[in-house]
Amino acid sequence: MTEFGLRLAISLTQIAAVMGIVVVTVLILTLAERKVLGWMQDRMGPMEVGPYGILQPFADAIKLFFKEDIVPAGANKLLFTAAPILCLIPAFIGFAVIPWGPSWTINVNGVIVKPFVISDINIGILYILAFASLGAYGIILGGWASNSKYSLLGGLRSAAQIISYELNVGLSIVGVLILTGSLSLVKITDAQEGWFWDWFLFKMPAPQILAFVVYVISSVAETNRVPFDLPEAESELVAGFFTEYSGLRFAFFFLAEYANMVLVSCVAAALFLGGWHGPYPGTLMELVGLGSWSWIESTMWFAVKTYFFLFLFFWLRATLPRLRYDQLMRFGWKVLLPIALGNIVVTALAVFFFGT
Amino acid sequence: MAQLLFGYFAGMIAVTAILVVALRNPVYSALSLLVMFFHVAGLFITLHAEFLAAVQIIVYAGAILVLYLFVVMILNVRQDDRYHSQWRLAGFVCIPLLIETIMLLSAGGKSMNSGDRPRQSEPLDALATDNTRAIGETLFSTYLFPFEVASLVLLVAMIGAIVLAKRDIGGSETKPLTQPAGAE
Repeated sequence: MTEFGLRLAISLTQIAAVMGIVVVTVLILTLAERKVLGWMQDRMGPMEVGPYGILQPFADAIKLFFKEDIVPAGANKLLFTAAPILCLIPAFIGFAVIPWGPSWTINVNGVIVKPFVISDINIGILYILAFASLGAYGIILGGWASNSKYSLLGGLRSAAQIISYELNVGLSIVGVLILTGSLSLVKITDAQEGWFWDWFLFKMPAPQILAFVVYVISSVAETNRVPFDLPEAESELVAGFFTEYSGLRFAFFFLAEYANMVLVSCVAAALFLGGWHGPYPGTLMELVGLGSWSWIESTMWFAVKTYFFLFLFFWLRATLPRLRYDQLMRFGWKVLLPIALGNIVVTALAVFFFGT
Repeated sequence: MAQLLFGYFAGMIAVTAILVVALRNPVYSALSLLVMFFHVAGLFITLHAEFLAAVQIIVYAGAILVLYLFVVMILNVRQDDRYHSQWRLAGFVCIPLLIETIMLLSAGGKSMNSGDRPRQSEPLDALATDNTRAIGETLFSTYLFPFEVASLVLLVAMIGAIVLAKRDIGGSETKPLTQPAGAE
C-alpha cells in the first residue's frame, strides 16, 4: 500500500503543479488581454492598480469574490449552481494528458514517474475531445436554469456552435493521427523531433497546413471567442448564457473560458508545432553540457508556442467583427468541414504512397 | 476491486436509467441520461476499452444528448402532462418483453453452457496491443462487410433527414435563427 501511497502523492503533486500553472496563466491572461487590446487600440489599458496596472487581476478576483451572489427569481437553483462547475471541470481536466516537457522517466523508490505529463494514456487526444465536448453542458444548462430569454438564447446558440465546430476540430486532427499512428499526445510530440520542418505543420509527405488553419479557426469558435462569440453577443443578448450570473459563479464561467483557451492552445502546440521540441534538433543546453537542465529549454519552447496562440486570440478579438449566426453555420459546415475531410483523404493517400 | 467497480457502475447505470423515464422534468431526465453515459464509459474503462469509453462520451454525451437537451429546452415540455402516467401502454409493451427475456434466459442458459459457440474470428489480444489499433484492425478485416453496411445505412438516414428537413427550392430564403446544426 505504500507504493500506492507514493503514486498517489506524486500524482497529486503533479496535478497541483499543473493546476497552479494554469491558474497563474489565466491570471496573466486576464491582464494581458486588456493590455494587448489597449495597445492595439492606442490606449494604455488598466493602469491604476500597481505599477502599470500589473496587480489588476488580483483586484478583479477580490471584487468578484466579495460581490453579492444573486440567484434570479424562478431560476432552477440546483442547475443554476451546477452549471458553472460543469463548465469549469471539463476545461481543467484536459490538462492531465498534455506533455509539458521531454518524455523522461524518473524512478522514485521503484515507482516510474513521467515528470512532465500527469498521465500518458493511450487515447490522450480523444480524452481531451471528450471532455471539451462536455463544456457545452455547463453553458446550455446555465442558460436554461437562469430563467431568462437572453440566457436561453445564448445557451442554445452556444450548443449549436460547439457541436458544429467540435466536429471540425476532431476531423482536422485526424491527419496528424494518420501521420503518427497513435492517439497519445506524448507519442505525437515525440514523432515531431528534429528541425522545424519535421513539425506536423510542415512535415512531408503531407504537410498539415490546411488542417492547422481549420483547427485554429474551429478552436476559436469552440471557445466562444471573437469573432465567434455569438453566445455572449453583448449587443443583442446582454451577455448571453451568463447574463444572470454574478460574483463567484460568474468568475467560474470566466475562468473556464480562459482555461479552455489555454487548453486548445496547448493542444495546437503539441499537435502541429512540435510541442516542447525547439525548431532545431536537440537542445542548446545539451550543447553547452547542461543536459540535465535541458527540460527548462523544452518547457520554455512549449510555453512560447502556447503563448503565441493565446496572443492570436487577442489579436483576432482586436481585429475582426462578429459573424452573423447563419454565416457562422454556413462557414462551419460548408467551408471548414469539406477542407477537413479533403485533408484526411490527401493525408491518407500521401502516407499510403510515400510514407515510410 | 474489479467486482466492486462493476457493482458500482452497473448499479448506477440501472438507477439512472430508471430515473430517465421516471423523472417528471425532462431536463433532469436528460441529465440522468448523461450520468448514465458516463457510467457506461466507466464500465468500458474497467474492461480496458479506453477507446470505446472516449467514443461513448464524444458521440453520446457530447453530441446526441446535447441535441436532446436542445429540443427539450426549445419545446419547453414541462407543462405537457399528456405523456405521464401511461401505465396501460407501458404494461402492454413491457409484459411481452419480460416474458421473452425469461424465456431466453431459461432456454439460452443451457445451450450456452453445453457447448462453446464457434468463434467468428480470431480475437486480437486487446490488452497486449494498442486498444485502438485492435478495434480498427478487427473492424476493417473481420467485420468489414457489416461495417460498410452500417455506414451505408447511416448515410441513407442522413440523406433522408436532409430531404425531409429541406424546404422547396426557391421557397423562403431565410431560415429560422435557432436552426440547430444537427437539423441539416
